[in-house]
Amino acid sequence: MALAALIGFNVLNSIAALVLLSIGLGVIFGMMKIINLAHGEFLMLGAYATVVTTNAGINLFVAMLVVAPVFVGAVGLVVERGIIRFLYGRMIDTMLATWGLSLFLVGIITTIFGTTVKGVAAPFGGFSIGPYQTSAYSLFMIAMALAVLAGIWAMLRLSRFGLIVRATMQNPDMAAALGVSPPRIYMATFVLGAALTGLAGGVLVPVSGVAPTMGAAYIARAFITVIGGGAAVITGSGLASALFGIIDQVVTFRTTPVFGQVALLISALVMIRILPQGITGRFFRRSL
Amino acid sequence: MKPRSAWPSLCAVLAAMLLVMFGLPLVTGLFGLVQATVFIAMAVLALSQGFIWGFGGIMSFGQSAFFGLGGYTYAVAVMNMGDSTAPFFLAILLPAAFAALLGYFMFYGRISDAYVGVITLTVTVILFNVVNSTAGDVYHIGNAPLGGFNGMPSVPPLNMPGDPSTPLEPQQIYYVCMALLILVYALLRLILASKFGRVVVAIRENETRAMLLGYDPRLYKLLVFAIGGGIAGLAGCLFTNWGGFISPTVFGLSQSAQIIIFVLVGGLGTLIGPILGAVAIEYLISVIGSQQTLNADLILGVVLVAFVLLVPQGVVPVLRNGVQRLLALRRPAALRAPKVAQP
Amino acid sequence: MSVPLLQTSGLTMRFGGVTAVDSVDFALGEVELRCLIGPNGAGKSTFFKMLTGQLMPTAGTIRFRGRDITEAKTHEIARLGVGIKTQVPNVFNGLSVYENVFVAATRGHPPHRARTMVDQVLTRTGLTDIAFRTVGQLAHGQRQWVEISAVLAQEPDLILLDEPAAGMTYDEVVRTSELIREINRAQALIVVEHDMQFIRMIAKTVTVFNRGRILVEDSVDAVLTNQTVRDIYLGKQAA
Repeated sequence: MALAALIGFNVLNSIAALVLLSIGLGVIFGMMKIINLAHGEFLMLGAYATVVTTNAGINLFVAMLVVAPVFVGAVGLVVERGIIRFLYGRMIDTMLATWGLSLFLVGIITTIFGTTVKGVAAPFGGFSIGPYQTSAYSLFMIAMALAVLAGIWAMLRLSRFGLIVRATMQNPDMAAALGVSPPRIYMATFVLGAALTGLAGGVLVPVSGVAPTMGAAYIARAFITVIGGGAAVITGSGLASALFGIIDQVVTFRTTPVFGQVALLISALVMIRILPQGITGRFFRRSL
Repeated sequence: MKPRSAWPSLCAVLAAMLLVMFGLPLVTGLFGLVQATVFIAMAVLALSQGFIWGFGGIMSFGQSAFFGLGGYTYAVAVMNMGDSTAPFFLAILLPAAFAALLGYFMFYGRISDAYVGVITLTVTVILFNVVNSTAGDVYHIGNAPLGGFNGMPSVPPLNMPGDPSTPLEPQQIYYVCMALLILVYALLRLILASKFGRVVVAIRENETRAMLLGYDPRLYKLLVFAIGGGIAGLAGCLFTNWGGFISPTVFGLSQSAQIIIFVLVGGLGTLIGPILGAVAIEYLISVIGSQQTLNADLILGVVLVAFVLLVPQGVVPVLRNGVQRLLALRRPAALRAPKVAQP
Repeated sequence: MSVPLLQTSGLTMRFGGVTAVDSVDFALGEVELRCLIGPNGAGKSTFFKMLTGQLMPTAGTIRFRGRDITEAKTHEIARLGVGIKTQVPNVFNGLSVYENVFVAATRGHPPHRARTMVDQVLTRTGLTDIAFRTVGQLAHGQRQWVEISAVLAQEPDLILLDEPAAGMTYDEVVRTSELIREINRAQALIVVEHDMQFIRMIAKTVTVFNRGRILVEDSVDAVLTNQTVRDIYLGKQAA
């Protein structure tokens, strides 16, 4: 009984991690059809921002919930204005340019900070499920994932900005005719996606080592989740995270985390064969 | 009425490559030849990407997966079998088979071009993670320990076919690699001139029209992808022979990005472009590696972004257009092709 | 009674709540030329796309010489001997006119035979002069002819043309109509069109679509003087 609860809890944790990892990518991809191959590096920048400011004395939560998103959001702004903006509509070229950007970011961080792994201890300590010990930080991560999903939903559904974003996404020309500037919306969306990713990077710091190449460890899962989810940002990411989180945990539990990733890839490949447009290409098509 | 023949340019390029093959040892010593050998292996790898991307329209971001598979297959097989003949062919066939399998899922699933890129990237990243974690004695295939992040050192080089007691010298490895590069280039040119090749290019141009003419694009793309996988595997085998060792970095993001950069810089849509691009970029990397101030990834990243934004078609086509324009200007006006009248 | 070249039975296409094509029975004989007309939204394009395998029918069957092709994929249908020219020209923009037609001709034939076929087709469609121009740089009317040439090079028994005269000048339209009449000497055609002038130049039997069903199927003169047909084009629905 307690074991089942533990596994269930770990599954929730895994799903929460996937949600956080992929929501930023999903916002950018779902809204703008841009595949940002520097996604892992945005995570990495968020993590570094958190670690550096925490070590400078700032409170950990301020660092991860404020500094990281703001910093990476600002980086996103520079990137959008400097590179992405010239490549709208050219999906392959955007992928190539963001890949170049990712190399560049890894190179710069390595030059500044070197390759040693840094870290920050997980706050909140542990708690027990029956006879098993687990980390209370996982509860925080699950809460954060829910908060992020709810926040995005609220923004898209309830705010004026969200309405403008959805309109521009569906029909940029019409939105322009109504006085909205699509380039500005794209810029804002990219910055939002970057900020979300920075936040995720910060939140993940206590549970992962921080190194310049840490992005690579996460992009596989993030991409699989976004592709598997399909066009709808929130429902897609949510459902795909749930599905893949379960698969990942179940396989990891029986073998190793590495094979968890392999299982993810295989299930993604199989799923793409069956549902080429992702989950929300077929189900929940009208959702956000 | 026949279109312009491709034979003259093919013969010219082959002649030039043979010249380099036999001329290089005359102008440089053993160290230079060994250096050239890795450039050649990378050129073969670039050809695989240039073929499937420039001619097949397949946006693979993970050719490094097949490169690495080829290298590791060779290493594992030769350490188990002794004689290198079978491992050599396995290093080509196994990646090709894996590419065919992956290609089946991707192309028969009719996923979009961009997704092909993401999936192939994901595959290579996952392969990296898997192989990287195989340190420790328990991870071995037969006699060959996989070595995890340490890689596999002391991989026996190719030997004379069928005779394991005569491993090839570095100089001979150079000749083998160069000969294989020329062979692969010629083979790809032949494929592209064949009916199969023409259909492949047509599919890249307009998949719907190719279907409407009765061709099944999924099958053609799968075959192209498998051929590309086999060539990348061959490059991996050559690479392992060059250094006598292999490690998981062959699967890494840096490696997969480099292959794209070879083709982008050299010229998408040509075969000679990727070869030259590979040599140029590898040379650049070796120059960067020898100094400390600037990180290789940083430079490569800037190169990639710069080329995408400023010179997307690559160097060879730009040069070629420039030369053509110069020649057209030189010719007297009367001999320039007249504007075709509307029917 | 010989087997029709193409026959549909109860062919239906539903998109969610909308029935675009409603239980259509259609038959075409060998070497027959049929024009499909009808107002916008009548279901002609949807019907056409089901014939070409680009859409999977919701119900009903399509038979080509008695053989069921309802679920067949586009390339399978093409291989059976059906040539298709789409509404928006689908050509190989980066290749020359010659290469476009060559790719079509080369399926199932050795290269030298394919080259002969390409020469013949280009002579037939009058494109020999521009054989080595890149198709992407040609005018719209010429691109349509390139597409028709590629279709002809397949040597199909049935040719489906979706708005072949669209965007053409009057002279080009005349030339296209001559070409179609010449093709019809040995091959069957289904032509979907809006241009009534063009229809008059080529048509023998005309099938009129309206709201997903066949309203009238008759000779061109009878159809074009039919008051109901005129009404549906002007927006007044038949009572």
